[in-house]
This record gives sequence, C-alpha cells and structure tokens, in this order.
Amino acid sequence: MSNIKPAIESHHADVAPGDEQGADDIARGVRGYLVGFVLAAGLTAVSFYITRSTLVWAPSIPIALSVLAVAQMGVHLVFFLHMTSGPDNVNNLMALAFGLLIVMLLVFGSLWIMSHLNHNMVPMEQLMRMQR
Amino acid sequence: MSAAEAVLPAHPPSRGREHSHAAGLTEHESHASSVRIVVGYGFWIFLISDIILFAAFFATYAVLSESTAGGPAGRDLFDLRLVAIETACLLTSSVTCGLAVLGAQARNRRLFHAAMAVTFVLGAAFLAIELHEFADMIEKGAGPQRSAFLSAFFALIGCHGLHVTAGLLWLLTMMAQVVAKGYREDILRRILCFALFWHTLDIIWVGLFSLVYLVGMTA
Repeated sequence: MSNIKPAIESHHADVAPGDEQGADDIARGVRGYLVGFVLAAGLTAVSFYITRSTLVWAPSIPIALSVLAVAQMGVHLVFFLHMTSGPDNVNNLMALAFGLLIVMLLVFGSLWIMSHLNHNMVPMEQLMRMQR
Repeated sequence: MSAAEAVLPAHPPSRGREHSHAAGLTEHESHASSVRIVVGYGFWIFLISDIILFAAFFATYAVLSESTAGGPAGRDLFDLRLVAIETACLLTSSVTCGLAVLGAQARNRRLFHAAMAVTFVLGAAFLAIELHEFADMIEKGAGPQRSAFLSAFFALIGCHGLHVTAGLLWLLTMMAQVVAKGYREDILRRILCFALFWHTLDIIWVGLFSLVYLVGMTA
C-alpha cells in the first residue's frame, strides 16, 4: 500500500491501525514478523514449560502465566499490529487503552463481587435441605 | 491505481489541500489515504468492542471455573499437547497473514496467495483440532450441560472458534476478490481489516491458552 508511508514526516499524521510506517520494504517487513514470531514462540514455550515443571513455586504459577500472557500480547501488538508510541499512533493506542480499562473493570469487578457473594451465601447443601 | 501511482509517496491526510498540491500529490491519493485511516480506525474500534465481548465471556468463565458440580475439572479434560499444536498453528498463521499483507502491498500475487493459502490451512487445522477436542469431551459426558464450568468453557472457547470460522470465510473471500478485482484501494482496505481481525484473534487465543488451559491444568 503506497499511501501508508507518508514521505513528509508530519507531527499531525495518523496511521491506520495495523499499518507500519515505511513498510514499503518487504525484507524489513518480513524481518519484523519473524522477530515477533521468535519472541512470541519463546514466551509460549516458557508458559507451557513452567506449567509442567517445578521451576516456579506452584501457588504463583497462575500469576506467572498471566504475566507471560500479557507480555506475549504486547509482542503481538508491537510486531504484528505495529502499534508504536509515536504521535501517529496516539488515536489507536487511546482506543486500545480505553478498551483495556473496560476489560479490567469487567473481569476483576466480576471476580471481586462474585467472590463476596459466594462468601456470604448459605452453602448449597444447606440451601437444598432448607427447601425440602 | 496504476503502478506509477503506487510508487508515489502519499501524504498524511491532516495536512491541508494546498500542502498536498505543493507536495505534488493528487487529491485522489490524499482521499484514499484518509479513507484508509478512517476505515482502519473504525474497524479497530469494532475489534476493541469484540475484545470486551470476550472479556465478558472470560469473566463468566473465571467466576464459574470452580463450579464443576462434582463433574470433571479442567485438569481431567484438557490435553496440553493438542493445545500446544493449536497455539503453534494460530501463531504461525498470524505471521503468514502478515506476509500476505506485505505481498498485497508489494502487488506480489504469488506471495499474497501463497501466504493466504498457508494461513487458511493453519486456521483450518486449528479449528479441526478444537472440534475434535469438543467432540471428545462431549463423548466423555463432559458436554456444556454437565456443569456451570463446562457451560462457560464451551461458550468462551466456542465463541473464539466461531470467530476463527468467520475469519476463514473472510480469508477465502479476500483471495477471490483479489483474483476478480485486483489490488483496488477498497480491496486493500478489506485486506487491512482482515489482517487486523486475524491478529486480534491470535491475541485473544494467547489469553485463552494461558488463562483457561494452562492455569486450568495447575488449579
């Protein structure tokens, strides 16, 4: 796509999400995808490895897996979706940041409120007995 | 778009019309460039709302993951070998999808079609393994009706599988449209949106294999 590489570097320029500045060079583009592939495959391999091994203290494995997952999502965003911190990507990043805020509220809010409900609820067997 | 136009540098849309003429660019190109940004951004907003949809399914799963109703839990059902193959398929297909975009940008028909074909095969392999896993679980009596955990599991993973299915149909459509219509501006925009969609599905799968399958095995 010719018009994804503004020849004039303007501070006001936007770039479509997924487009890479100066991606006219195929070799450079391929290199980017391959670097991303190696990093992502490495993180995936570590995730699978620590699940089965005793390398990480067992109770902390879910946290370690979450951290590795977030890191790999970051690798995908940078190397596959070409998100950068440049001014031409501000709009794309702001939309993503807002989406992540909603995702966090949804997931952690649900877990938090449901754990409290579970804690305060009459145990299920007792409830069944009361209904008889 | 002619080959001569294709090598002309485009310019950022936010610059005024007089700037574009000063830079020797036609209004048509300036328009095409800004349409690409608007379309890409709009599709990006859709993808973020899709991620929020997955977050809702995931929150449901996370809340219900212990509610096995005396039935099998994740560690009794999941086969990490299959999950590893699925992950490898989807990760590699994300790279080949990127190569297809590079092929389309370079107007390289062979690279585009070969990369899209490999992407399709890997996506289809992912889907086949997932369906095999589902069939296997249902056969063992661990279908979605067995427990709240399994209902949430099938809804979450099934929703991702449906997205992959839609992506595969879209992929074939794009290959056909490039053959029938060539690398028109609108076709290139659709390829951009397809690539965004496919990469996003891979990002969602990273969350799923880590937090559903791997955490499920350790629980």
